Amino acid sequence: MVVTCEQVWHEISNYLDGEVAPDLRAAMDEHLRGCLRCSAVLEGTRNVIGLYGEDSMFEPPQGYSQRLHKRLEENMPRQRGTAFGWMIAVAAALLIVGSFEIGDSSAFVDPQLRSEQAQPGTGIPPEMMVVVAEDGKLFHASAACSLLHDKTHLRTITVSEARREGYTPCARCMKKYLNDSAGLAEEDDDDGEFASSTPATK
Amino acid sequence: MISVLQWGVMPEEAISLENRAERLNEEMLIRRIRDGEHELFYDLIRPYERRVYSTAFAILRNEADAEDVAQEAILKAFKHIQQFRAEARFSTWLIQITVNEARMRKRKDHVEIMQPIADQRDDEGNYVPRDFADWREIPSETLERSEVRQKLAEALASLGQKYREVFVLRDMQHLSIEETAKALGVSTASVKTRLLRARLMLRDLLAPGLGGTWSSRLSFAKGTKPW
Repeated sequence: MVVTCEQVWHEISNYLDGEVAPDLRAAMDEHLRGCLRCSAVLEGTRNVIGLYGEDSMFEPPQGYSQRLHKRLEENMPRQRGTAFGWMIAVAAALLIVGSFEIGDSSAFVDPQLRSEQAQPGTGIPPEMMVVVAEDGKLFHASAACSLLHDKTHLRTITVSEARREGYTPCARCMKKYLNDSAGLAEEDDDDGEFASSTPATK
Repeated sequence: MISVLQWGVMPEEAISLENRAERLNEEMLIRRIRDGEHELFYDLIRPYERRVYSTAFAILRNEADAEDVAQEAILKAFKHIQQFRAEARFSTWLIQITVNEARMRKRKDHVEIMQPIADQRDDEGNYVPRDFADWREIPSETLERSEVRQKLAEALASLGQKYREVFVLRDMQHLSIEETAKALGVSTASVKTRLLRARLMLRDLLAPGLGGTWSSRLSFAKGTKPW
């Protein structure tokens, strides 16, 4: 099979997408080897696809994400206190109490903490949803926490799950759940680890 | 016309293990959002916020409109999350909603009256490249130059809407040919034809500048388009 320049131009997009039949592809390859004009068109088209395929072509304006989240927040339905909701709340409370019991029992084994200096803290509802980064050491109340440096590999899990994986509470965004008497929750520690040596009282 | 929000059945693409894991995580998030954990929607859309904006911008060519449409599209996805069917990728569904919102905005603003002449041409007519500048490599720092980004944006903006939409979905948002066709409500044959034209037109516009240096040949002033 022999193809002309016009046929090559007509099929060049399908060629780049791998959507031409093998015999046509072979004929185009043969033509492209000997035709400078068509090979220039091919390479140029390939460059167009490469350049526009970059993720950074159109940057959103500053504050776009914050405005978007605000708009979403305004439109999220409010949680209401239905009978079913109360049942769920009671069940959750029982679970929390149960988990403290388990925590107190000798059968409970502390997970290996990701940070040696940090303490796990107490008083945080185990079913509360928190955010963790894959390579981080802390769990955060929200992804907006300024001590959450890696914003790309985030997961949302429960406090129990976070503890099981060795994460510890962030001293900045989780401080209201930590023991203020230790005095450390107020510190503006750069690495954000909860470094209290005094366990919170129950 | 099929409702965008009810659409969801698409041919499965070959996806890597990493993508599979991401998708499983996404499915879990969607399930929990449907069950009432609405705040998880922020986590679901975080990876796609920029893509939604850039899709809207590529179609509307205006920052303020693009941001407004991006917000509308994401809000609509949240309100209709119950209608999303997991056979499709969430990102594809979200991008399709964005395209529809952007199109509605254009209709509302009567922008189609100003459509470029390329939109009125026959899809089937052969496109003949006008420039054979040898443009064989892209320096890695090319996109970091603001004037290059500006020229790329201008070149894209100068395409007719139907070419621009196909190019944006296929080559910028990396949808498959089938997904692009479904999202735009056209046949796969039309997608291929429009894509060919869009790519060649962009190459003609950009090759003289990026193959060498930007020159007066690359001008997008009114009446100077090569088609």
